Amino acid sequence: MVRYSCLASLWFMVRFRGQNHYLVSGNIVAGEVTATIQAAAEHYRNLKTTSNAALAVGMLSLGIVGTVVVRSRISSTLRARNLVEQLLKYLLIACSCLAILTTIGIVLSVLYESLRFFEAVSITDFLFGLEWSPQMAIRADQVGSSGAFGVIPVFSGTLLISAIAMLVAVPIGLMSAIYLAEYANKQFRDVAKPLLEILAGIPTVVYGFFAAITVAPFVRNVGSTLGFDVSSESALAAGLVMGVMIIPFVSSLSDDVINAVPQALRDGAYSLGATRSETIKQVVLPAALPGIVGSILLAVSRAIGETMIVVMAAGLSANLTLNPFKTVTTVTVQIVTLLIGDQEFDSPKTLAAFALGLVLFIVTLFLNVIALKVVRRYREQYE
Amino acid sequence: MNEGDSKGNKVERKTIDIVHQGLAKRYRAERRFRLYGLTAILIGLLCLVILFISIVGNGYKAFQQTYLELEVFFDPALLDQHNLSTADYTGLVKSNLRTMFPEVRGRSDKRQLYKLISPGGAFQLRKMVLRDPDIIGRNISVWVPADDDVDMLMKGHFKADVAESSRRLSDKQLAWIEQLKEQGKIRKKFNKTFFTAGDSREPELAGIWGAAVGSFFALLVTLLLSFPIGVAAAVYLEEFAPKNRWTDLIEVNINNLAAVPSIVFGLLGLAVFLNFFGFPRSAPLVGGLVLTLMTLPTIIIASRAALQSVPPSIREGALGVGASKMQMVVHHVLPLALPGMLTGTIIGMARALGETAPLLMIGMVAFIVDVPRGLTDPSTVLPVQIYLWADSPERAFVERTSAAIMVLLVFLMLMNAAAIVLRRKFEKRW
Repeated sequence: MVRYSCLASLWFMVRFRGQNHYLVSGNIVAGEVTATIQAAAEHYRNLKTTSNAALAVGMLSLGIVGTVVVRSRISSTLRARNLVEQLLKYLLIACSCLAILTTIGIVLSVLYESLRFFEAVSITDFLFGLEWSPQMAIRADQVGSSGAFGVIPVFSGTLLISAIAMLVAVPIGLMSAIYLAEYANKQFRDVAKPLLEILAGIPTVVYGFFAAITVAPFVRNVGSTLGFDVSSESALAAGLVMGVMIIPFVSSLSDDVINAVPQALRDGAYSLGATRSETIKQVVLPAALPGIVGSILLAVSRAIGETMIVVMAAGLSANLTLNPFKTVTTVTVQIVTLLIGDQEFDSPKTLAAFALGLVLFIVTLFLNVIALKVVRRYREQYE
Repeated sequence: MNEGDSKGNKVERKTIDIVHQGLAKRYRAERRFRLYGLTAILIGLLCLVILFISIVGNGYKAFQQTYLELEVFFDPALLDQHNLSTADYTGLVKSNLRTMFPEVRGRSDKRQLYKLISPGGAFQLRKMVLRDPDIIGRNISVWVPADDDVDMLMKGHFKADVAESSRRLSDKQLAWIEQLKEQGKIRKKFNKTFFTAGDSREPELAGIWGAAVGSFFALLVTLLLSFPIGVAAAVYLEEFAPKNRWTDLIEVNINNLAAVPSIVFGLLGLAVFLNFFGFPRSAPLVGGLVLTLMTLPTIIIASRAALQSVPPSIREGALGVGASKMQMVVHHVLPLALPGMLTGTIIGMARALGETAPLLMIGMVAFIVDVPRGLTDPSTVLPVQIYLWADSPERAFVERTSAAIMVLLVFLMLMNAAAIVLRRKFEKRW
C-alpha cells in the first residue's frame, strides 16, 4: 500500500510539476483542484517532511560513527599528517583530471546525439548534401517540408564569413604587431597595446548588437549608393565586425612571436646595410612565420566557432553562394536556432544541432592542435 | 697591380652607385611600411572608438524616462475596501485621464488617449493604495511612466513632421502631448525602473535588475567551483605531477579546451546537466556549472604561470628546514602565487560574465519577469538580456539595449581594473 502511494506521488510529481507546483508548496493555485490531487499533494508534503527528517537523522548518525571511528584510531603511533596529505594529493589529482573528463563529456554527449541523428539521416547526405532546410513536417501530408540536412551550404556560409573576418584581421593585426614590436617606442607601446586588447575583452553580444544596429545598415547604404543589391543581413557586415573582434588575437600572438626572434638575426641584417623594413620582411617575418601561421590558425578556429555576432547579424537561410552581399548562415547560427525554445529529443531537427556541434568541435580541435603544436615547436626552436 | 686597382675601383664605384641609386626608393619603401603599421593600429583604435560612440550615442538617453503627471482622485466607488489588491486600477487611470481631458469623446479617441500612459501606471497606483489605504477618497498628484511611443517622441527619436500614417502617434495624440507640455505635466526624469525592475514586454517597464541578479548567482557558482578546482589542478600539475605521458595529455587537453568554441560547452551542458542529470532549465546553477567548465582552463593556465614565477629557492628553503612537500606548497608557494592566481581568476570571471552562447543552449533565454531569488529559480543573465532586447522590434528597446551594454561594460571594466591593480600591487620581481 505504501509503495503504491509512493508511486502515485512520484507520478504526481512528474505529471503536475508545472501547474501544481504551487499547490505542493502550499500556495494558491489557479484552476480546478480535485480531491485526488489535493490528497496526493498532501501525501507528497508528508513524504517530503519524512525524508527531510530521515536525512537529518542519517547525517547525524554518520557524524557520530565517524567521530567514534576516528577517536579509536588516534594513538601515539598514528602519522595523521601523512594520511591527510595523501588524501589531499588524491583530491588534487581528481581536480586536474576534470579537464580530461570535460573533454570526454563533450565528445560523448555530442557523439551520442549525433549517432542518433545519423540513424535518421545518412552520413553522406549530411556531409555532401547541397540543401539545408531543417524544418520537418509535423504531419506527413504537409507540403514542402521534407527536411533536408545537407551541411555544405551551412559550411560555405561559415567559411565565407570567416574568410571576410580574416581578410580584415590578418593585415591589420599583423601590421599592428610589426609596428608595436619593431618601431613603436615604449610609451606608445604601453598605451596602444592595452587599448587594442580591449577589443578582445568586449563581449561578443556587444559586437553582435553593433553589427546589427550600426554596421549592417551602413554596409547596405554604401552598397546601394554604389549600385549593389545588399541584403540587410549580409555576410559582409557580420564578417567585418568579426574581423575587428579578432584583430587583437592576431596582433598579440604575432607580437609575442616577433619578439621571440633573436636580436642577433636583426643585427646581422642591419650590418649588411638592410633598412628596417627590409630586415623585417626578409629576416624577421620568415623566421617568425611558423608562429604567425599558428596564431592565424587559432584566429580562424575562433572565427569559425564565434556565435553571437553571426546569430545577431547574419541570416538564417542557407544560401550556397560566395557573394558577400547576400545572406548566408553559419554552423553556430543553425545550432542556436535549432536548440532555442522547446526541444523534442526524438526529432532529427533537434539532433541535427548536435551533429553540427560535432563537426564544429572536430574542425576547431583539428585547427587548435595543429596551431598549438606549431607554436610550441617554434618556441622551442629559439629557446 | 695598376690594372687590378683600376678594376677594383671601377667595381667599387659601381656597387656604391647602385646602392645610392636605389637608396631613395628604399627609404620611401621604409617610410611607407612604417606608415602601414601605424595606420593598422589607428584603424584598430578607430574601430574601438566607433564602437563606443555608437553604443553610448544609442543608449545614453535610456537613463531618462518620460513621466506624466496625473491628478488622481482615488475614487472610493472604484476601490472596494475588501478586495484592494484586485480592484480595477486600469479603470482608475482611465477615469482620471478622462477628467484631465474632458473634451475627448468617442471610443477610438478615448482609446488613443489611454495609450499615452504605460500599463505600469495602474500597477503604480495599486502599490500606492496597498501601502497606504487611507489615500482612498483623496486627490493626489502622481507621476506615472508614459508609454514608450510618447517617450521616444519626447527624446526626439520619432519625428512629428511626417505623414500621420507613417508614425506611431496620431495627430490627436500629438496635440494632447503638446497640451501636457504647456501645462508642465510631462517631463523626463531619471529612469529608476531600468535599474530596479526585471524584464518586461513594455520597454518603459523593463529593467536589468533581474538579469543582473541572475548574472550574480551564475558567477557565484562559477567562482566557488572554478577557483578551488583550478588552483588545485594547477598545483598538482606544477608541483606534484611526474613528467610522463599522462600529465602531458592533461596539459595538451587543457590548452585545447581553452580554445574550444563556447557554444560546444553549451551543447555539453544541455546534454549532460539538463538531459542526463535532469537539472532545471534556465537556472543560474546550471549556467554557473557550464561557465565553470569554460573558465577552468583559463584559471589553470594563469595559476600555473603564477606558480612558475615563484623561485625554486623558496621551495628548497622550506624543504631544507624539514617541511613536507604539501606544507611547502601550502605555507610558502601558494601565498606567493596567490595574487597571480587571483588576477587570472578575475579575468576568467570577466570573460564568463560576458559569455552568451552556451547559456542560450541551456534555456537561459526565457522571458522572465521575476527577479530570481535563488540558484534554481528561472532567470536570465545580463548578456542574454541584451540579446533578447536586441531582438525586440520596439524602438525604445534599442536604447535600452545600449544602456544595458553600457552597464555590462562598466562591470567588465571594474573587474579588469581590479585585476590590474592587484597585479601592480603584489607583483614581485625575483
